[in-house]
Amino acid sequence: MSDKKIRVLIAKPGLDGHDRGAKVIARALRDAGMEVIYTGIRQTPEMIAEAALQEDVDVVGMSILSGAHMALFPKVMDLLRQNGLDDVLVVAGGIIPDEDVPALRQMGIQGIFGPGTPTDQIVNFIREKVR
Amino acid sequence: MFDQEKLKSLQERRAQWEETTLQKTLDRFPERMESFLTTSGTPVERLYTPLDVADLDYERDLGFPGEYPFTRGVHATMHRGRLWTMRMFAGFGTAEETNARYKYLLEHGETGLSVAFDMPTLYGYDTDDPHALGEFGKCGVAVSSLADMEILFDGIPVDQVTTSMTINSPAAVIWAMYIAMAEKRGIPMHLLGGTIQNDILKEFIAQKEFIFPPAPSMRLVVDTFEFGSRYLPRWNTISISGYHIREAGSTAAQELAFTLADGLEYVRWGLARGLDVDEFAPRLSFFFNSHNDFFEEIAKFRAARRIWAREMRQTFGAKDPRSWLLRFHTQTAGCSLTAQQPENNIVRTTWQALAAVLGGTQSLHTNSMDEALALPSEYAVKIALRTQQLIAHESGVVNTVDPLAGSYFVEAQTNRLEREVYDYFRQIEALGGVIPAIEKGFFQREIAESAYRYQMEIDTHKRTIVGVNEYVEDEPIRIPLLEMDPQGYERQVARLERVRRERDNERVGATLEALRQAARGSDNTMPYILDCVRAYATLGEIMGVFRQVFGEYREPTII
Amino acid sequence: MNDELVRGVLAGQRRAIARAISLIEDDGAEARAVLTALFPHTGRAHLVGVTGPPGSGKSTLVNALALHFRRLSPPRSVGIVAVDPTSPFSGGAILGDRIRMRDLAGDPGIFIRSMASRGNLGGLAWATADAVKVLDAAGFDLILIETVGAGQAEVDIARTAHTTVVVEVPGLGDDVQAIKAGILEIADLFAVNKADLDGADHAVMALRMMLDLNSGGTHTVLHHGRLMTVAGGQESKGAGEPGWRPPIFKTVASRREGVAELAGAILAHRAYLEQSGNLAGRERERAAAELEMILQQESLRRVLACTDPAHLAELIDRIARRELDPYTASQQLLGR
Repeated sequence: MSDKKIRVLIAKPGLDGHDRGAKVIARALRDAGMEVIYTGIRQTPEMIAEAALQEDVDVVGMSILSGAHMALFPKVMDLLRQNGLDDVLVVAGGIIPDEDVPALRQMGIQGIFGPGTPTDQIVNFIREKVR
Repeated sequence: MFDQEKLKSLQERRAQWEETTLQKTLDRFPERMESFLTTSGTPVERLYTPLDVADLDYERDLGFPGEYPFTRGVHATMHRGRLWTMRMFAGFGTAEETNARYKYLLEHGETGLSVAFDMPTLYGYDTDDPHALGEFGKCGVAVSSLADMEILFDGIPVDQVTTSMTINSPAAVIWAMYIAMAEKRGIPMHLLGGTIQNDILKEFIAQKEFIFPPAPSMRLVVDTFEFGSRYLPRWNTISISGYHIREAGSTAAQELAFTLADGLEYVRWGLARGLDVDEFAPRLSFFFNSHNDFFEEIAKFRAARRIWAREMRQTFGAKDPRSWLLRFHTQTAGCSLTAQQPENNIVRTTWQALAAVLGGTQSLHTNSMDEALALPSEYAVKIALRTQQLIAHESGVVNTVDPLAGSYFVEAQTNRLEREVYDYFRQIEALGGVIPAIEKGFFQREIAESAYRYQMEIDTHKRTIVGVNEYVEDEPIRIPLLEMDPQGYERQVARLERVRRERDNERVGATLEALRQAARGSDNTMPYILDCVRAYATLGEIMGVFRQVFGEYREPTII
Repeated sequence: MNDELVRGVLAGQRRAIARAISLIEDDGAEARAVLTALFPHTGRAHLVGVTGPPGSGKSTLVNALALHFRRLSPPRSVGIVAVDPTSPFSGGAILGDRIRMRDLAGDPGIFIRSMASRGNLGGLAWATADAVKVLDAAGFDLILIETVGAGQAEVDIARTAHTTVVVEVPGLGDDVQAIKAGILEIADLFAVNKADLDGADHAVMALRMMLDLNSGGTHTVLHHGRLMTVAGGQESKGAGEPGWRPPIFKTVASRREGVAELAGAILAHRAYLEQSGNLAGRERERAAAELEMILQQESLRRVLACTDPAHLAELIDRIARRELDPYTASQQLLGR
């Protein structure tokens, strides 16, 4: 008998290859009982939306440290919407300046987790929002 | 080094101390933690005595500075003779903006330049390439052609100052642009001094900026060794790096072991090309991280020198003492800095820099306090530079060479790290060598596990990070952040278009075709790359040829 | 809602396919209703199991095979189900097979779904077989099912798939994994991947030797490392099946070498099954195996549904204390 598992897509959009945080989060979510589809680095917005659709995830988590989030995130959000994935919880982490946060929230990114965020904070956030 | 009789009585005395004085204190209050771990998670003992280094032999294990095995330093006078190069990694936006930052830093006393390139450049894409969407100028300067390189170094005497360029997959091309830029100013290449990072193995392991598969990537690296040994005697054609491995979450031992293993692999490939080891080894340089654990880092640097010297001399039979030298640049640990209470980062950077100096570094970059938030503002980068100057002139640590030698603790740590490195060497060999180990995901897995363990230590409060899980404040960030020129992107694209219009496109086509043939064959690609660069072929065009010929690498992601 | 979902799947709509698979993973009455509606539309797809030890490059091979099938004339549409183990400690999983399938991104003729084994011993999610049905009903020509070879999983795959590819990799010691795990009998094809490594030829030879031992009048199978002689019969698939001798291919999936040949043989195996009439036999075996699996699940579910958890807990405690034996306990529960 299986109880409902939370499925999370973890992706790194763009060219940024610093995947330490994304890998740590993936493991933490696994240890919290979630199923993590880890797609790795160099993901285009199209690849992220396609994976989110096929895997029917509850959460999309993006990690980016290169500063290109304001160019890439809107594309991802747009494609998710186009694919009817409005109800997916989108969260982001990495280096995201405070002044960009309001715009990202406007776009529909509900959780923005900067450096130093304890992993259980992210786990709890996801658990609360997905239920 | 120690008298056997005295050691025996010391052992008894220590036992006595443990049973009496120590026990009395422990009975009154226990130690604050069950175990005291280094940043890498290695337990540290309460006390170190000669018993912990009983086998230490001064001549064999330490030696004199400037002499084999170089544990105490690569030069006889170290920082008394010459201070380390104060070399601040910098770059953002367009070449004009970065050029201004270089002049600012030189004005304020930095003694060497260090170029940070943006993501598209690091991946060999021109600024207007679709892959580069949103990434222009964000974490470094955009260089798409020789024209950008000329602006980047406008007004800077490249025959007098050395330049380090952090570039890997496209290193040969960027190096060619630097050489061509100097050439146009009448500066012959043999006068140029500097470094290209050019360490592709660690890209596969940690930084992930690889493009081509391992074999052709290594071919390009050895092409630069060959070219450099012949034409640029003052240039370090590689900076074999541990910094990124550490930033990805490895322990100190892993950083050291994986870096040195990479280094030895490069030597093997150079020899396979037919070069004599003493032809290229003297120009191999290294790049390490300086993390939080003060003494572990110092021990790491000392162990690095000793291991490298031994391997070069004994395993590869290098005869020139300069081949035995491990010269290195250090950067303080970016991953240790916090977004919370950024001023604390100034303090962290200070002791990390101090460890690098005491570890005998040749060159040093100190991070700015706003590292976790953005690229450094002038305000923040100045403080970081001053940190080095304060250490150099006011702390007194540079007054003598390798002051910590003989410390029971530091020598024990140096020995311990050396043992762990050789342990890793054996594991890597068992897997078939560095490249097979990379393809089996060995390094990546070790690093990911260390990174996870470290994060769990923080999350469970086993490890305190001030401002993050202790002494937390709820304050907004108030330090000024770097503002970049909003017109930068347009300017860069316009310049690129002008370059493509105004150059001799027939010549470009011919040089690219010649490069393609050379890439398919076994000629050294450098002269061909230089031709392309001189004709103002763009980075994207040149790298495009390599992409076609070598193909792109798919990494076996290990998480 | 279910009708819409079913219609969507049959029309090949990706959102519907994804949703239907999730529904199945979460189990429940709705899932069974959807499967019941879809079942008549299944049976067209060619189901190919790909199994092998960790590190053998299965995902890369699946990626290369899918690419190849897409480039045929006419192109074949490919569904991929990649199964990874669920952590027994946390119940979570990291599903990382998509990473190696970058080449397939953006192709509307490909659908990739990652699944966790969710506690099934050996590694094949029971929901996997059902997820495969969804893709089958949605009209994919081939469905590649990839799991980690660990023993029981291979047997599960063999029961689900028409064609089973066992992937080996040289250098994992003297004996090839297939022989060690006793899965020789389920393979229809072998791929020695990473064939550029030392030991590739040795691996091929070892497999060939084992297969040679199996051919001839008496039916010799390798069962968990021991050779056993069995009288005739169709009980073992693959190596024991008359008429099809499992070919062995050398591949370097990362360079797409040997993949065209392997793909060709996969298609040839399907053709062979149809022509020889073995397909019907296989379908029957599959139906029997599946029915048995579902009956097991259902029976367990029903018994537990009418068992007071406290009573169950008490029985378990008594068994642990050796006051009661599990056989008697289960009779009690079944008697209810």
